[in-house]
Amino acid sequence: MKGNSIFFYIFVMWALIIGGGGLLVTIIAPLSIHGFGVFDHILDSIVKAAIAMILVVLWVLLMSKIKNWIFQKQMSH
Amino acid sequence: MLDRTIVGILISAIAFVTVYAITPSLINVLTKRNMVVKDYNKEVATMVARPGGPSILAGILASEFVLYTFFPSTAIMAIIITTSLAFLVGFADDRKVLSGWFKPLALAGSAIPIILLGVYYPHLAFPLFGSVRLPELYLALIIFMIPITGNAINSIDVLNGVASGFMTIASFALTICLVIVHNYDIALASLPLGFVSLAFYKYHKVPSRIFPGDSGALTMGAMFGTLAIVGHVEVIAAIALLPAVINSFLFLSSVKRVIEHRQIKAKPVIHTEDFKLMASDDKSAPVTLVRLILANGPMTEKQVGFVIFRLALFSAALAIITAFMMEIKI
Repeated sequence: MKGNSIFFYIFVMWALIIGGGGLLVTIIAPLSIHGFGVFDHILDSIVKAAIAMILVVLWVLLMSKIKNWIFQKQMSH
Repeated sequence: MLDRTIVGILISAIAFVTVYAITPSLINVLTKRNMVVKDYNKEVATMVARPGGPSILAGILASEFVLYTFFPSTAIMAIIITTSLAFLVGFADDRKVLSGWFKPLALAGSAIPIILLGVYYPHLAFPLFGSVRLPELYLALIIFMIPITGNAINSIDVLNGVASGFMTIASFALTICLVIVHNYDIALASLPLGFVSLAFYKYHKVPSRIFPGDSGALTMGAMFGTLAIVGHVEVIAAIALLPAVINSFLFLSSVKRVIEHRQIKAKPVIHTEDFKLMASDDKSAPVTLVRLILANGPMTEKQVGFVIFRLALFSAALAIITAFMMEIKI
């Protein structure tokens, strides 16, 4: 079937979404910051938001690398 | 449950019949007013009416207002308001070409009613691992989600029938997923989107008699995004939309800035002598989903559309599997 590599790319994206979700729920969400009094909550949110944004950037970079790897043949067409 | 089933059938019929009945008149009105654009993928010069957004919105509003009379809820009101605002953004862009940044910013603004009406649940649910609470970050997610889904559908609207056919598959998959996760009220509210898209496909398929335009594509995309938020199925919805998301991702990662498709000088797809579509070998042309599909060789417009529909069905299957996985916790 034409476009097989695109099916594979969608599958990889799906796997990365599931994996990324696991990372977010099991590792990042339980993190908590203490010792800054009234600022605990806001610092906690800022740190988690920053980690989430870094993860999104990493995810985009990873998808870009995978895209180049999967579509190498098509890109050189 | 019986009440819901009867109302579901009623609103589905209203959504389908409204678009099916109104669109021919809209085509006549648009043609008389010379609101037509050239279909560049046809060998013989063909002018096609645009935009079809008004009939799409009419179908959505008629069915959602009927649903609201049976089951009044702020979630339905949020769907109606956000979808209508997205339509206005698209309609403005249909009438006057606006800058590349206008649509994302204006669509972000159309997401505000979701926040004001408080119809969101600031938890992001993932399959197998459970959900994570994101009180502040979730507001940013709402603001980003509507422009992303709206523009994803708009960017895939490049061939006859693709946007409406793709939306039909994705929205019915979303309805099935909402039923699987036991969110029956929003599943009901999502039915009109599938039936509106299906009815519009009748006139949009090859050879198109009408194009949805920005107003149609943004209306469908924004409603899909709103359903994802109010139905608490953000991740599942993103999976159902993956081919369109990939198209936007490929485009943005190759042009490296927010830009309208019409501003691109180097075309990603060209025509063969027998007017099949062929991937351009111009290195400066952006990489798009259609260009990748055509990398294997020239195809007709209809064949490319069917490959995109197969990709949509594959993503729909992954979304449904993900919905089932929501019930499983590691």
